[in-house]
This record gives sequence, structure tokens and C-alpha cells, in this order.
Amino acid sequence: MGVRKDGWGTRVGLILAMAGNAVGMSNFLRFPVQAVQNGGGAFIIPYLVCFLVIGIPLLWVEWSMGRFGGKFGHHSTPFIMDTMHKNRLWKYIGVFGIWTNIAIAAYYCYMESWTLSYMFHSISGSFEGLDQNGVASFFDNYINLGTSTFGIPWEPVLFFLVCLFLNTYILSKGLEKGVEKVAKIGVPLLIVFGIFLAIKGSTISAGDNGAIYDSVDGLNFLWTPDFSSIWSPSVWLAAAGQVFFTLSIGMGTVHCYASYVKAKDDIALSAMSSGWMNEFVEVVIGSFILIPIGVAYLGLDGLKEMVNLGALSLGFKTLPYLFMQWGDIFGAISSFLFFSLLFFAGITSSLAMGTPWIGFLKDEFNWKHKPAAWSFGLIILLLALPTIFFFKYGVFDEYDYWAGTVSLVVFALLESILFAWGFGITRGWQEITANAEIKVPNIYKYIIKFVTPVLLLWVFIGSLVTPKDGNWEAAFQGDWTLDDSSIIKTLMNSKIKDKLANATDPDTIAFLEDQLFYVNASRLLLLSVFISFALLVYIAYKRRIKNNQS
Amino acid sequence: MNVSALILMVVTVGTVAGVTIYLFVKVLRTPPNPEPDSYNANDDVEERQGL
Repeated sequence: MGVRKDGWGTRVGLILAMAGNAVGMSNFLRFPVQAVQNGGGAFIIPYLVCFLVIGIPLLWVEWSMGRFGGKFGHHSTPFIMDTMHKNRLWKYIGVFGIWTNIAIAAYYCYMESWTLSYMFHSISGSFEGLDQNGVASFFDNYINLGTSTFGIPWEPVLFFLVCLFLNTYILSKGLEKGVEKVAKIGVPLLIVFGIFLAIKGSTISAGDNGAIYDSVDGLNFLWTPDFSSIWSPSVWLAAAGQVFFTLSIGMGTVHCYASYVKAKDDIALSAMSSGWMNEFVEVVIGSFILIPIGVAYLGLDGLKEMVNLGALSLGFKTLPYLFMQWGDIFGAISSFLFFSLLFFAGITSSLAMGTPWIGFLKDEFNWKHKPAAWSFGLIILLLALPTIFFFKYGVFDEYDYWAGTVSLVVFALLESILFAWGFGITRGWQEITANAEIKVPNIYKYIIKFVTPVLLLWVFIGSLVTPKDGNWEAAFQGDWTLDDSSIIKTLMNSKIKDKLANATDPDTIAFLEDQLFYVNASRLLLLSVFISFALLVYIAYKRRIKNNQS
Repeated sequence: MNVSALILMVVTVGTVAGVTIYLFVKVLRTPPNPEPDSYNANDDVEERQGL
């Protein structure tokens, strides 16, 4: 068995770090957007059911896989999975657990740097006097690397470098003195900021500071149950997808953090505590900020219109304007608190993304902690540059789609099969319940074995061959035209090719041709990174054979 | 707010907040498991499947 050199200082620190890993910007931006796009109250019930039958089981699976692998001195998924089954291919499936984190961290750190930048812009008054279009233009100008109001050339690059340095420096301090310390400060702070904004956001009355509706109307929309949605596969797919994002499952970070838990320690209660803490932030705090404020100032139709432009658009192009309706000073403070909250949510997640790579280098290639941490920073820098400089061509979105969406489902599906069927549910259940400080309901034994893998398979197939406009009824009746959002159509670049076929303006045609090039190039880049990591795993495996023989 | 929305909101928020607080308090109050008298001797022998 391996010797543990690094570890968690306290159990509360571990839980806050795990919660910080799960609580990300999606809790405050993606969740409300998904809720609005899927009918408000229609979304909540499937979301909660998915949390119970996909989220909780996968949390237990990943925590127990991590603690099990940690007993053998492994802290990244390739060799954690290798300890669980004799088939040598599993360690290459485990490459997802490193690759996903690196690829996500590359664009996530960039997004995190926007929140850092917006904190400064909020308090420096950059949004004062701007109308909604003005704030939207501010963001467009920012991501297109235009000259900022601070007069700093390439300001997004500067903030990104600061953000990346912060992440790498904290990671280089180790688990207890770096990650855990930040989580102990960041998570409570974001909860306090969130509660403040939630109270303010949900108590706006029509007429107050230009509000056209009561914010309660937003809550009404979000919480009015719609039981007809129970039969809509699209809503269920969206709900299951949100559970993935919000809990950071299918990534490999949970395994890595849990691999530092001692064999004698509980994981059942800790996993539940961190998972429910994430739900608290998402459901109790997240649902009381964006939707109520948006409805109060934009109306329901206005909010739906903004939401169709995406979560980022809503968060960075609209919210600062809405906050500024509360007056120059209070608006600036609220905007600062909101982007601070997003920053803390972001950094506690991006730190988690660095740990599997560091663990892998330390375990397999005997790297020291600091060089391993700085190598993470260097890789992220190189991989993030295309997302910064070719943002307008959709490189950022490509990273998000393949690493931050598809990969999570694929990896979660495969790990659930490994755990329940390869490793075996009997041994798996023993791992989950070993030293457990809560009674784990026996029904979860069957949920983990049958329900979770089947649901994950359904989510994957549903995403692979999504029917046009999510019309499953028509699809089952034989009219299975693929939607442009399906994985197959996305892979074929159907959306861009359709636009190209209909374009007549030479500039538009040139832009779309460039976009096609950059989209394909970014996929090749991501694929080559995956192959490189798989090669490293192969080399590590050969080293193990050599060391065992000598 | 309409009644059904209010009920769903109160039940959901109450449940999520209640369970979160309950679990976190349980974590704070539960003492850490003691180390076995002889750690290696009492530890279950785990067998790895791969290399």
C-alpha cells in the first residue's frame, strides 16, 4: 500500500473543499437558465428526483472509488480504476478523469477571470450610467480584447494570468495549506454573500428603483408545479444534465479528493453533507437571485429572451445593469458581492481540477508537489490561449461542450458500470458503508446497480440522438430527425454548415469558414491532449511492471 | 404567489435547508473514528485487481 504524504487537515475542511468543488458558477447561472428554459416549476420536480437517483448514488460511488484507490496510493482515476478490475483498459477510461479537468480548467479559469475583473469594474464604477445595451457592449468589447475602461491593453489576458497564478500558487501550497484553507474561507463567504443577495433579490416590489414587476412573480414562475412535465424526456434530460454539472460528478475530482481520506474514516456521511451543501447553494440561494431580479426588471418574457442567449450572456451582459438599478453605491456593492460570490464559487472548483493531474505526476512519476502544481499552470496557460484569442469562433464553447458536457456523461456511465458490475455491487456496497456514520438506505444498492447506469445510458443516448426540437413523441412515431444540438449533429458541424449554405455576404462566409476551421482545430487539440495523457498512463503502467519485476 | 407554488417552494427549500443543516451538524458532532490498535493488523486486506 502507498504511503500518504498529503492529506486533509480536518473533516470540515474536506467537506467544504468537496462542496467548493461542486459549488460553481453553474449554481448561480446555469441552474436558473435551465429552470427558465424548461418551464420553471416544470423543471424543479425532475431535477430533485434526478438528484436522488443519479446525484446521490454517483457521489457515493465516486467517494468510495477514491478512498479505495487511495489505500493503494493512487490519487487519480487511471490507476484508481485500475485497482478495481483486472481488465487493463479501465486505466485508459480513467484518463477521462485527468483530461476532463485539464480541458475544463482551461476555459473555466478564463471565465473565473471575468468574475475577478467584474469585481473591480463593479466597485470602480464602470457600469454606472450604462443602459442594458451598454453593459452588453462592455462584455462584447471585453471578450474581443478591446481596450478596457481601465485603459489596460488586453485586459482579459492580464486578469486571466492573475487568476491562473492564484490557482497555481494555492495548489502549490498543498491540500491542507492551500485548497482546504481557501475552501474554509471561500465557501462560507459565498454563502453569506448569496444569502444577502437572495434576500434583496426576492423582496423587490414593482415601482422600486424602476422595477416593473414584483420579484415574487419570478418565484411564482419558478415554483408553480407543472406535473405534465413529468412525461417530457427533454425536461428530464435537462434536469439530469444539471445534476451532473452542479455536483461535479463524472470529472475525477471527487475521486481525487476522496483518495486522501483515510481508510478508517467515513465517506457516506461526508459525501451526503457536501452534496446537500451544494444543493442548498443551488436551490435555496441560487433560485432566489437571478430569476426574481430578472423578472422584476425585465418581465417574464424579457427574462426568457435573455435566457435564450445563454447563462454567460445573462450573468455578464445583463446582471450588472440590473444591479445598477439599485443605485450607484448599493448597486455597485451588490454587483461586487455577486461577482465575488461567483469568483469564490469558481476558484474552489478550479482548484479541484488541478489536483488529479498533480496526484498523477506525484504517484506515477515521483514528481515533487510544487513542480507538479506549476506544470498544471503551464498546461492550462497553453490550452487556454486558444479560448481567449479565438473566443469569437467558438473555441471556448467547444471546450465546454466536449470536456464540460459530453465527457462527464460518458465517464459517469462507464464508472457506474465498473463500480456496480465490474468491481461488483457487493464489494462496492461494502466500500460505501465501511465505517459509515449514517445508515445508507439499502434501496441504494439496487439504485446503484440498476437505476443509475440505465438512467445514465438514457441520458447519453438522449444526447447522442436528440430528436428535432426535443420532440420525442414524433421521434418514437418514426420521424426521428436529429436536432442540431445532438452530439452527432454537433460532431458534423451541421449548424455552421447550414449557416454557411444560407450565407450570401462574403464577410459572413469568410467568418463561418474560419469558424469551421477553429472548431475542428480545437477538437483535434483536445483529442491530442487526451491521447498524450493516455500515453503517459501507458508509460506509467510500463514503469510499474518494470519496478515490480526488479 | 399562488398556493401550489408557495407549498412547493416552502417544502423544497425547507427540506433542502433542513437536510443540509442536519448533516453538517452531524459531521461536527461525530467524533473521528479511532485508529485501530494495530493499524496494519486490523486493517482489512484489500486486493487490487489490476497491476
